[in-house]
Amino acid sequence: MHRPFGSLILPMSMHEKSLAELSTALNNKYISSHELTLAYLDRIEAHRDLNAFVTVDRARALKQAQAADARLKSGQSNVLTGIPIAQKDIFCTDGLPTTCGSRMLANFVAPYDATVIQKFNAAGCVLLGKTNMDEFAMGSSNETSFFGPVHNPWDRRCVPGGSSGGSAAAVAARLAPAATGTDTGGSIRQPAALTGITGLKPSYGRVSRYGMIAFASSLDQGGPMARSAEDAALLLNVMAGFDPRDSTSVDRPVPDYTRTLDESVAGLRIGLPREYFGEGLGTEVGRVIEAALDQYRKLGAKVVEVSLPNSRLAIPCYYVLAPAEASSNLARYDGVRYGYRAPEYADLWEMYAKTRAQGFGAEVKRRIMIGTYALSAGYYDAYYLKAQKLRRLISGDFDRAFEHCDVIMGPTSPTTAFEFGSKTDDPVAMYLSDIYTISVNLAGLPGMSIPAGFDGSRRPIGLQIIGRYFDEARLLNVAHKYQQVTDWHLRVPEGF
Amino acid sequence: MEWETVIGLEVHVQLLTKSKLFSGSSTRFGAEPNTQACAVDIALPGVLPVMNKEAARMAVKFGLAVGATINRRSVFARKNYFYPDLPKGYQISQYELPVVQLGRLVIDVDGERKEIGITRAHLEEDAGKSLHEEFEGLTGIDLNRAGTPLLEIVSEPDMRSAREAVAYLKKLHVLVRYLGICDGNMQEGSFRCDANVSVRPKGQHAFGTRAELKNINSFRFVEKAIEYEIARQIDLIEGGGKVVQETRLYDSVRNETRSMRSKEEAHDYRYFPDPDLLPLQLEAGFIEETAKSLPELPDAKRERFVREYGLTAYDAEVLTGAHEMADYYEAAVGAAPGQSKLTANWVIGDLSGYLNRDNLEVAAAPVTADMLAGLIRRIADNTISGKIAKEIFEAMWGGEGDADAVIEKKGLRQITDGSAIERAIEDIMARNPKQLEQYRCGQEKLFGFFVGQVMKATQGKANPAQVNELLRKKLSGTPA
Repeated sequence: MHRPFGSLILPMSMHEKSLAELSTALNNKYISSHELTLAYLDRIEAHRDLNAFVTVDRARALKQAQAADARLKSGQSNVLTGIPIAQKDIFCTDGLPTTCGSRMLANFVAPYDATVIQKFNAAGCVLLGKTNMDEFAMGSSNETSFFGPVHNPWDRRCVPGGSSGGSAAAVAARLAPAATGTDTGGSIRQPAALTGITGLKPSYGRVSRYGMIAFASSLDQGGPMARSAEDAALLLNVMAGFDPRDSTSVDRPVPDYTRTLDESVAGLRIGLPREYFGEGLGTEVGRVIEAALDQYRKLGAKVVEVSLPNSRLAIPCYYVLAPAEASSNLARYDGVRYGYRAPEYADLWEMYAKTRAQGFGAEVKRRIMIGTYALSAGYYDAYYLKAQKLRRLISGDFDRAFEHCDVIMGPTSPTTAFEFGSKTDDPVAMYLSDIYTISVNLAGLPGMSIPAGFDGSRRPIGLQIIGRYFDEARLLNVAHKYQQVTDWHLRVPEGF
Repeated sequence: MEWETVIGLEVHVQLLTKSKLFSGSSTRFGAEPNTQACAVDIALPGVLPVMNKEAARMAVKFGLAVGATINRRSVFARKNYFYPDLPKGYQISQYELPVVQLGRLVIDVDGERKEIGITRAHLEEDAGKSLHEEFEGLTGIDLNRAGTPLLEIVSEPDMRSAREAVAYLKKLHVLVRYLGICDGNMQEGSFRCDANVSVRPKGQHAFGTRAELKNINSFRFVEKAIEYEIARQIDLIEGGGKVVQETRLYDSVRNETRSMRSKEEAHDYRYFPDPDLLPLQLEAGFIEETAKSLPELPDAKRERFVREYGLTAYDAEVLTGAHEMADYYEAAVGAAPGQSKLTANWVIGDLSGYLNRDNLEVAAAPVTADMLAGLIRRIADNTISGKIAKEIFEAMWGGEGDADAVIEKKGLRQITDGSAIERAIEDIMARNPKQLEQYRCGQEKLFGFFVGQVMKATQGKANPAQVNELLRKKLSGTPA
């Protein structure tokens, strides 16, 4: 094959390219999808110790790549045709295991594709593999996965965050050009922050939840995890849109998120919630956020202080509502129709009890217990209903704050990546990892994390950008402008 | 002590939608197990429910028909419990905000009209079926029924006897079939009833402790189960015991109710709004449009039949008991004008008799409304007698063509020619001098004998009125 720029796109350097660059290379036939996929499969193989993937089916991926190449050849391709994407193992994939990080589903092969997977298939993307995650997306460190924790490529002694830790580590270590995640209380943004990548949780209803295994239905939302805002925009173009199979998806037109990336941010009003800069915030994190805000000031943005007075209620509110929904959502894992079933039992009730005792890990069981309690007769009003009221208050805070600003900024996580085991014995300390992200889910708003610097141990720090309902285009634009003048997002951990 | 019974009914009506309440699977009855259960019905990980709008329309139809409030916004909730035939581990139902609230149904028992309140009617999905018999110690699960739409209709505790309960249930049964929202098939479980029964000393205002009777799947069993339960509760209290709040299962073979679970064992269903479904919002236009599509309801139809066709209340009640029967009647009367009473007799009598005998629906009757009208026209114009008509009806039922064809083929035209009848009479008088003598000596009961002989001689075709008149004259010896 004649390759006019072959020297620029050597297979060995493919992993350094952005999606836009890869797209150009594929569409101009400088590389084939097969070569690109093979290169990534080899990288995944070489870095298996990160434990970022639960399932990789090389033969299947390469076959899909060949189909993509045929499509590229026929001219039926679009922007992402032939690009391999890592999928969080929470999205059901037809014929390939979907485990949700749980023993309960370790043997589960879905007979259908999630809407998100269908959309990537329709775009001609290659399914590179299924990424590791906290069990049923319940965790902030990836330590609750039945398949073992994922290592943070910046520091292998540290967690990558969670629950989308596998996707985050894969993108950070350049084992995949891009990945998907899901975010119920911060599960895209917090691991994105802890691994130095760009992650976007869209507005509730923007991306279909059909085929995305439910944790807490009113909070769950799928979104892109990528190297840059531009890459995230390309992914969101594929993922977003109304789905008649998801009654909570919203029937609004999907803009081309790449079109507005370059719009000026001069005059942009950035709201700084004073509650996000108080007790608990690491000093180094605080300093990095300040520096990022200075950068925005240089770009012509204005920073105004806003207040989210009910922020402190977000964690207790979330830890009633999310477990309540989870306790019901996870009732279907009963050993009757699919998934794990205890090998020995005397009767139906023992089968249920043993199956669920053995099939679920400790954190999942903890949340099922909390949720069951919160919904029980006599406690429902005090917990569930009260939490619903708090949720409206928290949502109202954002409405008022957005009267004074266009986006809200702050830290994504109070700390950088922490060491394995440092919070596993203290669930509440673990839950506090999501203190800045959770209220965004409760309000159904879009939120983003972009890399903004490092701490003294070279662990990444994320800047969170929160937008108005359905204002993803603005978030991506604001993030992109920052990434045009900074290079944090281009930094790669040593050895990758 | 004199006791008063208090009964409230919960009726599960299976809605006649083509697909399930939250998935696209078919709701057809009787398919091979688990062939009508899709990913949503078997609750695979990741699937989501999508509301079937047709089910909402049917619920609204019912609400409008019982003069209820239609809630423009109603909420689906999850009722959580574990059971193998409940794939999600919860049933989607309406709890705090049902689609229909506060309606009423008027029943009639021994000529006394009584209004029974309907507390609410809400949409919910059915569970699958657990099959305990055919699997030798194991349980089979059939999820074909899982997700089938039900309308649960809850009455006020307004009924005071088993007969009132049955009257209410029958009334409801007729209504849902009129509305076309349920096939009413109790054997297949399309129309199921639970009864809340309690007793209290007559005059006492407070309710007694109730028992909930389950598994009563025919009108007859409803009556028997309630009667049994009333007697059980009274015996218990009079014997110094106390009724406990519990769920009891009716055993139709032994005709008794047995405790299934007590209040203490009752589930805590942990209801909460289903976050996968938005509240059901009904636009005013949707409700108006549904109201316009309502058929004439049983009560209105019955009253109109009395008014328009001059029928007795009883005949009108029977004819409007099923809208198919009423439609048949109206079609027949339309084709045999002026014969509303005679037509009613035929529909209630012979037609219903043959339908029952052959276990047929009225729509499948071999004698169509037009054919029956044809027959009635021939009775009315004296072409045939009522007796011959029965013979013709049977022939029509057997597929021998319409009334005129049968009359022609079998030569059944009535003899109305007076001279022909007179000739027959004279012939019989001549052949039976002894009987004639006796009659004329005062044995008047022999008159019937002569009628019989004349009818026999004319193969039943002689006009009976003419035969009577002429016989009287001839037998008494007065000149014709």
